[in-house]
Amino acid sequence: MQKRKVIFQEDLCKGCELCKIACPRGIIKMADYINTMGYHPAQLSEPEKCSGCLSCALMCPDVVIRVERGGVA
Amino acid sequence: MAVVFERPKSLKETKFHYCPGCHHGIIHRLVAEVIDELKLQEKTIAILPVGCAVLGYEYFDVDCIEAAHGRAPAVATGVKRCRPETFVFTYQGDGDLASIGTAEIIHAAARGENISVIYVNNAIYGMTGGQMAPTTLLGQKTTTSPQGRKAELTGYPLRVCEMLATLQGVTYLERTSVHDPKHVRKTKKAIKEAFQVQLAGKGFALVEVLSACPTNWRMSPERALDFVKNQMINYYPLGVFKSLEEVE
Ligand SMILES: Cc1ncc(C[n+]2csc(CCOP(=O)(O)OP(=O)(O)O)c2C)c(N)n1
Ligand code: SF4
Repeated sequence: MQKRKVIFQEDLCKGCELCKIACPRGIIKMADYINTMGYHPAQLSEPEKCSGCLSCALMCPDVVIRVERGGVA
Repeated sequence: MAVVFERPKSLKETKFHYCPGCHHGIIHRLVAEVIDELKLQEKTIAILPVGCAVLGYEYFDVDCIEAAHGRAPAVATGVKRCRPETFVFTYQGDGDLASIGTAEIIHAAARGENISVIYVNNAIYGMTGGQMAPTTLLGQKTTTSPQGRKAELTGYPLRVCEMLATLQGVTYLERTSVHDPKHVRKTKKAIKEAFQVQLAGKGFALVEVLSACPTNWRMSPERALDFVKNQMINYYPLGVFKSLEEVE
């Protein structure tokens, strides 16, 4: 299977952590900086471990996450 | 590069005003995804509630009407009867649908109106600051039940699906939840099923989605997920209460 690339639109993120809780590989962490809304946005800590399962995107209440196929993960 | 997951077309780019971790956002996205998949954007009229989803017209990229509190099923009835070629759904909270709008939802269901209802049950009045709803669980603390809801004083929480299942006019009823990815997928399937009932002209369909209100539950979004999973589902069991096969 081709690699999938998970992209976070950081300025939409409210730091609720639902994606982090859902990630079966535990590779989502909250940034140590804040975004324009004042929240710590979610990001992938180890993108190479991502299986592209979509769990994070399914749970995100703010449609922060976009997933593409064929990129370098 | 192929896109595997992205913002549905029927959802505007506008940032949601919902609190962090509020499930309204997940449910909005699922509704928009189904509208896209069934190619309904051009013919949809959404009827929006009073409650936190009152600003839904800022988010759904379809024609929208804002109903008075609880009256969305009555407005939907009028729209669908006058314009039967349109696709009409209501999006309502539990305060809207199961409190002030109880009469409207029951009679729209009893008449078997050919409309679809998305019923978001978060067991509280979110928008107004967390008062008790008819759906608030026994023992649940709200601003108007600070010691926890007591049956002696305010009776028992209303199970809408179970109640509507007794009505002959109803075609499709399912209760789902969005507390984990598996249930999010199931909820989308239920919404699709409900929308298809209307497209086939088969009558009234309602999907109740259990939803978290971390802010007024006074919980972190993570603990709110646990509350849905361990408390709400206990009292509000998930499942299909009525389906097209049963009706036919
Ligand atoms: C006629 C009328 N009565 C009362 C209100 C106050 N009010 C606004 S929203 C709301 C309840 C909303 O709760 P719910 O439907 O559960 O939606 P949520 O905000 O939890 O998503 C109430 C009582 C109103 N706006 N109009
Ligand atoms: S008050 Fe509750 S229902 Fe309303 S946006 Fe906030 S979390 Fe969601």
